[in-house]
Amino acid sequence: MWAILSILVENKPGILFKVTHLFRSRNFNIDSISVGVTENPEYSRMTITTYGDEKQVTQIVKQLDKMIDTVEVKQLDEHKTVYRELSIFKIKVSNANDSMEINKLANAYGGKVHDVKKDSIMVELTATPDQITAFEELALQFGIIDVARTGVAALQRSGAS
Amino acid sequence: MATDLENKMETMSGAKALMKALEKEGVKEVFGLPGGANLPMYDEFARCDIRHILTRHEQSAAHMADGFGRVSRKPGVCFATSGPGATNILTGIATAQADSAPMVAVTGQVPVAMIGRDAFQESDIIGMANPVVKYAFQPRDAKEVPEAVRKGFFIAETGRPGPVLIDIPKDVQTNQAEMVFPDEFKIRGYHPWADPDMVNVEKAITMLLGAEKPVILAGGGTIISSAFAELQTLAELLMIPVVTTFKGKGSFPENHPLSLGPIGMHGHAEANKIMTEADCVLAIGTRFSDRSVGTFEEFEKRLKIIHMDVDPAEIGKNQTTSVAVVGDVRASLRIMVKMLMQKAIKQTDENKWLQHVKETKEYWRENLKLHPGEMGAAKILRKLRELLPHQSIITTEVGQHQMWASLFFDVIQPGTFFSSTGLGTMGWGFPAAIGAKVAKPDVHVVDIAGDGSFAMTENSLATAVLEDIPVIVFVMNNFTLGMVAQWQRTFYERRMIGVDQGKYCPDYVKLAESYGAQGLRAQSMDELDKAIKTALSSNVATVIDIPIDPEEDVLPFVAPGTSLKDMVLPS
Ligand SMILES: Cc1ncc(C[n+]2csc(CCOP(=O)(O)OP(=O)(O)O)c2C)c(N)n1
Ligand SMILES: [Mg+2]
Repeated sequence: MWAILSILVENKPGILFKVTHLFRSRNFNIDSISVGVTENPEYSRMTITTYGDEKQVTQIVKQLDKMIDTVEVKQLDEHKTVYRELSIFKIKVSNANDSMEINKLANAYGGKVHDVKKDSIMVELTATPDQITAFEELALQFGIIDVARTGVAALQRSGAS
Repeated sequence: MATDLENKMETMSGAKALMKALEKEGVKEVFGLPGGANLPMYDEFARCDIRHILTRHEQSAAHMADGFGRVSRKPGVCFATSGPGATNILTGIATAQADSAPMVAVTGQVPVAMIGRDAFQESDIIGMANPVVKYAFQPRDAKEVPEAVRKGFFIAETGRPGPVLIDIPKDVQTNQAEMVFPDEFKIRGYHPWADPDMVNVEKAITMLLGAEKPVILAGGGTIISSAFAELQTLAELLMIPVVTTFKGKGSFPENHPLSLGPIGMHGHAEANKIMTEADCVLAIGTRFSDRSVGTFEEFEKRLKIIHMDVDPAEIGKNQTTSVAVVGDVRASLRIMVKMLMQKAIKQTDENKWLQHVKETKEYWRENLKLHPGEMGAAKILRKLRELLPHQSIITTEVGQHQMWASLFFDVIQPGTFFSSTGLGTMGWGFPAAIGAKVAKPDVHVVDIAGDGSFAMTENSLATAVLEDIPVIVFVMNNFTLGMVAQWQRTFYERRMIGVDQGKYCPDYVKLAESYGAQGLRAQSMDELDKAIKTALSSNVATVIDIPIDPEEDVLPFVAPGTSLKDMVLPS
């Protein structure tokens, strides 16, 4: 099972280390992680996506909750959550036709095209991880030079609990 | 308000603030060893009332603080310098963490500006200790010291206790600042207390009353929360037999008719048997460690488990439960007892299950085969029990002697038996005994030791002698790393590799004498009787060296990865 965890932590040095260390030492996996300060500069929000059976995920949440530097730990229901990841692809251009096709593909996924060069194009895509992976599979036909992905950021919709 | 705060403010160095904050926490003793990076704090001992107890190794300082903490239920304090001093206490911190013992370890660190530059005796102790501490502080400014101490003690002793590290850079120790010693503070992400869970206590009662073969499994949490009276009242009201984990040994008087003793890898035969037959277990303050329950899956299906624990993360970690009661186990047990009394529930002992439990217990008490020799483990430990007052404190080392102590030394007064159960740290028992004796100078403290373990921290004899802390080391000397030897006999076709300790290398009687302690050798029951009596009436640390048969095994034995019902018995 894929789970999105939203973790509000004290905005202090060393907390990211402690959280990731907890995953390692308890034998849990981090699928993706993103961190940023919140509207209150005393806190940061970490969004971690992970895989595990239900028992494991419950255990991760409890262990994270037990950490003294975590203020709030929530497992988000993906159906009641807005979650997105930012990705940047550098894609190979072998001929003029490629360039057009890549533009079309980017448009179809709502991506933005940057840095158009003779032999490469960069595409910025903000979407769910699944959509990004789908885009990646289609982009493979042209040849992918580099990819950078941020990991998921997520917030629960209002009214959801 | 402002004047109130001003009154509290005082300019002083970080080192002085540290000592003042420790005094405010009621600290009277610190175990430690100095070095360059903690000299400013050491200098403050000249100007305060806290007693410094010098150890010969920082690991022992940490174990002493641990022993002190387990007995007094207040954090024991140890000091070490940066670099190797700090890394030396890691084993002690990890040991305390594994057994949820309250401790505050204070290390010196290189000056703030030197951190990260591989300075002399710099080690990233915060990074290294992270997985084995409950929390760690590194004040970067002198004025942060008092709050780090206050919060550190609070975290170490509340909820599920554990070790806290405070790493103080040298310039933070020497810098002057306006100090505020806070009484109140906020830790937003720390909630050590849950309200008593009435609904689930009620459910637990119904489940226990509906069970045909109920058992209480008391773990270490029962001892940490001193829930002795509550546990006994509950067991007697419901007439439910009590088994314990090894860490919970002595949470219930082991001479009580309902007591079956510890379960586990080297549990009592009767306890393991009854545990595997039960249909409902009330598990109190335990993590269902593999050493306690073996492979449990087959029981899980028919066993209803009620799990009480202060740590919500323990619920469901190793064991699926039917009812979970989160909260301080003493508070939860109190509510349970109160509800039972309100309902006027009092069971009698006239039922088939209790009859069966009684017969099983009697059978194994009479029929467990013991070593035939005069100096068999059971005889030695029963002799110690016979001569030792009930309020005396026992610590143990790690190995066969530890498991024999579990099997053959009955704890009568609850909360007087301590061991490194989680990490299994050889060398813990002796320094921990010293810490225990500092916490409770009026009772005898005996470390039940093996020769191998004692060798790891025997230099604490210097501390015991010079600081006048007369504890007794009871060395069951088989001249081998006996527990390892037993596994080699059992699983490796008697290929004995790396276990021989040599005959009298060292001679522990002479070793004790060389430190100015008393050394006694007991080669017969008569000599043992005399030696124990001599030790108990002496006011100097005493080592009793008791040569035993190197081939004696600890039995029963539940091999790792097997079930309690597959326990191997003496043939
Ligand atoms: C620090 C440490 N190193 C190694 C071990 C592995 N170990 C467990 S028991 C044991 C032998 C202990 O020997 P001794 O203290 O003489 O006790 P005995 O088993 O002979 O009674 C060893 C080496 C351990 N528990 N702790
Ligand atoms: Mg030995």
